[in-house]
Amino acid sequence: MNGRLMALWDWFDARMPSAREQWNQHVAQYYAPKNFNFWYYFGSLAMLVLAIQIVSGIFLTINYKPDANLAFASVEYIMRDVPGGWIIRYIHSTGGSAFFAVVYLHMFRALLYGSHRKPRELVWIFGVLIYLCLMAEAFLGYLLPWGQMSYWGAQVIVNLFASITFIGPDLALWIRGDYVVSDATLNRFFAFHVIAIPLVLLGLVAVHLLALHDVGSNNPDGIEIKKTKGPDGHPLDGIPFHPYYTVKDVVGVVFFLAIFALAMFFVPEMGGYFLEYNNFVPADPLKTPTHIAPLWYFTPFYSILRAVPPLFNSVFPGVAMMGLSTMILFLLPWLDRSPVKSIRYRGMYYKTALTAFIVSFLILGYLGTEPTNVWGQCGAWLGGAERATVAARVFTLIYFLFFLLMPWYTTADKCLPEPERVTS
Amino acid sequence: MSEQKIDNTRRNLVVATCAAGGVASAGAAVPFVASMWPSERTRAAGAPIEADISKLQPGELGVYEWRGKPVWVLRRTKEMLDSLNNMGDKIADPNSEVQLQPEYAKNETRSIKPEYAVLVGICSHLGCSPTAKPEPKGDMGQDWAGGFYCPCHGSKFDLAGRVFKGAPAPVNLEVPPHAYLSDTTILIGEDKKGT
Repeated sequence: MNGRLMALWDWFDARMPSAREQWNQHVAQYYAPKNFNFWYYFGSLAMLVLAIQIVSGIFLTINYKPDANLAFASVEYIMRDVPGGWIIRYIHSTGGSAFFAVVYLHMFRALLYGSHRKPRELVWIFGVLIYLCLMAEAFLGYLLPWGQMSYWGAQVIVNLFASITFIGPDLALWIRGDYVVSDATLNRFFAFHVIAIPLVLLGLVAVHLLALHDVGSNNPDGIEIKKTKGPDGHPLDGIPFHPYYTVKDVVGVVFFLAIFALAMFFVPEMGGYFLEYNNFVPADPLKTPTHIAPLWYFTPFYSILRAVPPLFNSVFPGVAMMGLSTMILFLLPWLDRSPVKSIRYRGMYYKTALTAFIVSFLILGYLGTEPTNVWGQCGAWLGGAERATVAARVFTLIYFLFFLLMPWYTTADKCLPEPERVTS
Repeated sequence: MSEQKIDNTRRNLVVATCAAGGVASAGAAVPFVASMWPSERTRAAGAPIEADISKLQPGELGVYEWRGKPVWVLRRTKEMLDSLNNMGDKIADPNSEVQLQPEYAKNETRSIKPEYAVLVGICSHLGCSPTAKPEPKGDMGQDWAGGFYCPCHGSKFDLAGRVFKGAPAPVNLEVPPHAYLSDTTILIGEDKKGT
């Protein structure tokens, strides 16, 4: 029997040796640094969530109807009448939030250990493109349940495009395919959400990994393991991805799925953060909900949008700043001038700046979930402005200064010398 | 490799073929891009509507749907009209300098007939629909003279749809093109020339 199987494998291998070669190049003989820590779980977890979203998404489309008259009811039908439908929908909605949680931690890892630095600039750029695709997926997908928040969220976001000078109103009309968000909009958002963007996303994940495997993985010490190779030509501080890291990642997967299941079974709405309460009301174009806020993963950028005051009778400056706040990520590899990559050997300036940035991001995120009057109003000396708006402006400034001052403070930082070999 | 002379004729043909292929590909995108514009059916559905205002009581707000947007017709009382003149410097654009109304509605009351305000009930900030708060004072504070309040981001408008200073909304509410077909019927979405 065993001999038969081996013969079959030899038959296959003789006809398609590239299967074995690719497996070796990317898995069995891909040498990754031996000192990966907790932060290195999130790349593989992001791929797991992508798989979860694709599978659960396919099964949702089996019963979902992308029609303004049927969409809301079809989602309720999935929740109530389709066998196991509720679990598939909660997998998909929890997966959406999990995707962003995992990706944000994955990006934070890069900031910690300098994974965006030379020679991994392309890996970073493909990663930012993946992040933009995710944002598009989340926005497009959020319209599909056709609830009040779906409808008015889409209304607000499409109107962001309408504020662009000259072409804005026509651009918004073209995106909607109607004078308001309507059935035409729902149908095209469905097409983009289930086929167009996922195809782009899969392609980007492929080039993200290919670019990574060409230059090799970074590590918590931020030094290149390829500089020290053994007589067999493999890095002395590297270990084959399979079986060492496949086994390690399985541990991460088990922990992750445990948390995922807890959220999905016990708090699928997460107090309005994963699924907003207003979205259990069908879309009504003539009635705006009293408080419109995006889901938690967009709120830092939403805060930036609200913080920027209108200029020349146009909200475009806020829209532009919100756009810039994500676009500036592309420049990160060139803004960072530090002689070292890892936070372990960086000086106080970068550590302080990164802390201020993370705190700003979190506070902006919180403020974006609340109405602007959440903290009451300032005294007369500030013209009675809303405290939350003033705070959002301060933290927006810090958000941008983290990037804009980076060439200066990373150059001036007093760094420690990097080790020759990775530390354990 | 031995040095080979580049055959420029062939190279130019390759470049020309690529360029022609590129133009053809871009041309192929045209029908796809065009298909995303509003369809003929949608355009037809965006036609003007006739609003019957005969049943509106003084001070009452009627909501009509035009192109899926709420259009308000507010029958203003004497007190409401008086409040428009007492706004002081609270209004950002008191004289409606920004072109958000047809020429015939660029006046004190932003309307053809002072009694009836016709407004698109969509906040000029990010497209939410403001809530009517026509009564003075109440939960809007002691100095509120009646107007509209946008629940999304707190923009305030007076009873002519003029935005308050310091609001997130940059400009006044839009006055749609409209015309009186009779004393009790307004055509919303189209104005006869010369009205």
